[in-house]
Amino acid sequence: MEIRRSDRLVIGLWVVIAVLLVRLFAIQIIDDSFKESAENNSMVRYTIYPPRGIIYDRNGEILVGNRICYDIMVTPKEITAFDTLALASALDLDPDWVRSQLKYYREYRSRIGFRTLQFVKQVSAEKYMKFAEHEYDFPGFRGQVRSVREYPFNAGGNLLGYVSEVGPKDMEREPDVYKSGDYIGKTGLEAAREKDLRGEKGYHIFLRDSRNKVQSPYKDGELDKEAVPGKDIVTTIDAHLQQYGQELMKGKKGSLIALEPSSGEILAMVSSPGIDVEVLSNMGAHYASLAADPGRPMFNRTVQASYPPGSVFKLVNGLIGLQEGVLEPWYQYPCSRGYAYTKNRKLGCHAHRSPLNLNEAVMMSCNAYFCYVLKNLLENKKYDSVDDAFDKWREYVLSFGFGQKLGSDFPSELGGNIPTSKRYDKIYGRKRWKTSNVISLSIGQGEIGATPLQIANLAAIMANRGWWYIPHIVKDSEGVEIDARFKQKHYTLVDTTHFSKVIQGMWMAVNGGPGAGGTAGMACVPGLDICGKTGTAQNPHGADNSVFICFAPRENPKIAVVGYIENAGWGGSWACPLASLLIEKYLTGGTTRPDLETRMLNTSFNVAGN
Amino acid sequence: MLQGTDRGLRSSIDWTLIAVYLVLVLIGWLNVYASIHTPEISSPLDFSLRSGKQFVWILTSFALAAIILFAINPRLWEVLAAPGYLVVLVLLVAVIFLGTGHKGSNSWFSIGPVSFQPAEISKITTSLLLAMVMSRQAFSLSKWKDLRIVLLVLGLPMLVILAENETGSALVYTGMLFVLYREGLSGIFLVLLALAIALFILTLKTSVWVSLAVLGVIALGYLLFMLRHTRPLSRERRSSLWLLLLASGLFAALVFSTDFAFNKVLQDHQRLRIEVLLGMKDDPTGVGYNVRQSMIAIGSGGFFGKGFTNGTQNTGGFVPEQSTDFIFCTVGEEWGFFGCLVVLVLYGFLITRIIRDADRSRESFTRIYGYCVASCLFMHLFINIGMTIGLMPVIGIPLPFLSYGGSSLWAFTILLFIFIALYRQENKYF
Repeated sequence: MEIRRSDRLVIGLWVVIAVLLVRLFAIQIIDDSFKESAENNSMVRYTIYPPRGIIYDRNGEILVGNRICYDIMVTPKEITAFDTLALASALDLDPDWVRSQLKYYREYRSRIGFRTLQFVKQVSAEKYMKFAEHEYDFPGFRGQVRSVREYPFNAGGNLLGYVSEVGPKDMEREPDVYKSGDYIGKTGLEAAREKDLRGEKGYHIFLRDSRNKVQSPYKDGELDKEAVPGKDIVTTIDAHLQQYGQELMKGKKGSLIALEPSSGEILAMVSSPGIDVEVLSNMGAHYASLAADPGRPMFNRTVQASYPPGSVFKLVNGLIGLQEGVLEPWYQYPCSRGYAYTKNRKLGCHAHRSPLNLNEAVMMSCNAYFCYVLKNLLENKKYDSVDDAFDKWREYVLSFGFGQKLGSDFPSELGGNIPTSKRYDKIYGRKRWKTSNVISLSIGQGEIGATPLQIANLAAIMANRGWWYIPHIVKDSEGVEIDARFKQKHYTLVDTTHFSKVIQGMWMAVNGGPGAGGTAGMACVPGLDICGKTGTAQNPHGADNSVFICFAPRENPKIAVVGYIENAGWGGSWACPLASLLIEKYLTGGTTRPDLETRMLNTSFNVAGN
Repeated sequence: MLQGTDRGLRSSIDWTLIAVYLVLVLIGWLNVYASIHTPEISSPLDFSLRSGKQFVWILTSFALAAIILFAINPRLWEVLAAPGYLVVLVLLVAVIFLGTGHKGSNSWFSIGPVSFQPAEISKITTSLLLAMVMSRQAFSLSKWKDLRIVLLVLGLPMLVILAENETGSALVYTGMLFVLYREGLSGIFLVLLALAIALFILTLKTSVWVSLAVLGVIALGYLLFMLRHTRPLSRERRSSLWLLLLASGLFAALVFSTDFAFNKVLQDHQRLRIEVLLGMKDDPTGVGYNVRQSMIAIGSGGFFGKGFTNGTQNTGGFVPEQSTDFIFCTVGEEWGFFGCLVVLVLYGFLITRIIRDADRSRESFTRIYGYCVASCLFMHLFINIGMTIGLMPVIGIPLPFLSYGGSSLWAFTILLFIFIALYRQENKYF
């Protein structure tokens, strides 16, 4: 018997309807589990926020910790009539604001749906306790534990960076990780180490009954995911030293950096004016005023400012001269208040005795002496032209970490600038320039720029007699391994043996005693064996910058420091005592020169923002 | 003439179809109201709410129906078929570039407060053109040339809609296979399609080798059957053998490419929906959430339901898209199995009656168009309700006449009433 096609289709239709009905019969009448589920009404998913990783200093002190607070969450769908005044008083809120908020939820109820929203952010634990007592009176409202950052030391505001709510871009970039209302590290270490610090969110799924009370974990918590706490970060910073450095730099504009030469670890790194940690924990409220501050407190000078290094650069030129064989420690050069590099032009110098040898030139920071050194370097017969000699010189300088990014763990780091011979070819024409055109390079001036961190690295190189590790701020710790580049030794192109010849001058500069003519006498602390070199760099915007690099003790140095103070004048009078106080603090824990300390702490160069 | 019109108005319109339509629309409106019901809302005619808006859509639909029945000469539809089809095709393409995003697809035009989906209208125009093409003299589906035209008419809008990411609407077009079957396409195509879907699921749930084994058994069975029923060395046997080889090869290729298609061709959300449906993944807060909540709502209805506006799941806001794609949840929860039975029987009756009317009609244009209407309604019905009770993956298409939304209500009203008008016209003049 043949059935018509149209009948077949009709039969097929009713078969499908029958299948749908059988399925409906099964879930509506036979299977009771859906009724139970309906009793339990629905699943709610509570997000469990992991505590953010703690940031420690090198000695286990907490630089950035966590404090518990609560966000008050609201599920507008669950709100039933309640005493708005009671809620307002429990949370210290303006009743009118609460009412307007409720009005908003009503107006947008279809858009909000069954979502849970943030009602009030970051309520303190005490305030939350007050609310929690009455929580039952406010259906639809509940507290959610969050942690906010807490800073036991006022140390390292600029280094640590701040945490705040994620922006739309973050959510777009990693939609699985960030949801609206989450926190993210915005700057500094918090940003650089975000992946370690943030941890992983978890969630608990609960079933909720028809009166919106949470009943039981769904499937006994089988599908729950526990939060994974963020990894702790151990920094190389010494919290006490950093704090002391910041106090010393109050009222001054510039940088103060201390490194451990043997490891490249940054012990303290101050950019002044900077950000206080109180500001960090509530960046939102302060952001506008910080951004408008002419002192630019958010600008990290230690790695983002490029300055002429000034006379401390004479060390580099001296060492290159020794390596190239155009200089010997006993070479003497005259100085009559400067060096005449053309018939009627002269690079000035201060009054000191003449002639002098390398030691004395370093100790007294003679300009003329290093003009001769540079002249001998660039007019060395070994090279065909000044260009070649200059490029060789540049290669040496680069091996000291200048003229390129050091590769520290500050993403915003600049590389400074060391000119190439091509640059001068461009300015003067090929073969049309000679030593006299670039003479200011001999004393670290002119077309040369370096970040304070690079200058600090020079101090570490001097301390190590010729090698360096990339300065860095994070140490290896459990679960966190720092990049291999930080464990790789870099060697300068100058032999170790030459360093001791220059270091003798650095030692004399500090420890030569009164009357000997050393420029860094103010850094002298008996017993600490500090070696240093002053610098006074010209600043086109006002008074000279005061520069000083040093390390101590002379043998097996433990610390290398640079102080770079803008517009403070003579290197010997400001950067030098500041740096030496920092060294003293690190090596002895205090100071033997309380008067000097008081004077330094209280001096201000009227820097905006302080 | 005057007399004829009178007779027509009384007896030539299929009032039963219109009555079923009215009942379904009314059920839809009540359930839209129930699904957004909260204690504060008092009037179902509050025009800021969906129930109020739906009331407006319903009234305008009635107006559209009246215009189609009484003001437009039904002959016009055949004339409009080709130009209408082309205009809508252009709109379908244009919406990809000019449309506004809506739930992950780019298929809506917004003109002021009104937004509409060309894909909804394209069901009508495609049906009309298909009816026109297939009702021509000497048209035969067994001719490759004619079949090609049919595939083109159906395939063009389907592909564009797929590009718009409206998988659900595109899927509805596969229902047109039933029309082709009615008009003489070999039933083997339906069987092969069913086999392909079955093998796809089998491969996903078990493995390539199980599927191949099943395929082998089927092929062997067919081979034995054929050997017994054909004479050795006959032409019939040889061509059957070739066909079997070809089909087996194609299906084997399908089985092997399943993994690739599933993991590479399908988009993430589509894959996840299928995995949830097949029970390969439990995702109670993500994709599974919709289905689970929907099944809880329906399942908790029991035999007679919780009563009008008494649903806890619906008003609790647990089921998303409550008044649009998941409107059947409200029916299931508040009216129970009984309500579902009534609604399904009404749909079954409506579709059956359309098929019967179509079969009775003397013009093949009316017949084929009627089958298109029936297929569209059936596909929507099956996919939508199947989705709410976990028989189909989550595919967002509306339930005809019940779901909230002007665009879809208008489209289904026009689709249905063109058929009623065509059918009436025949009764009037023959």
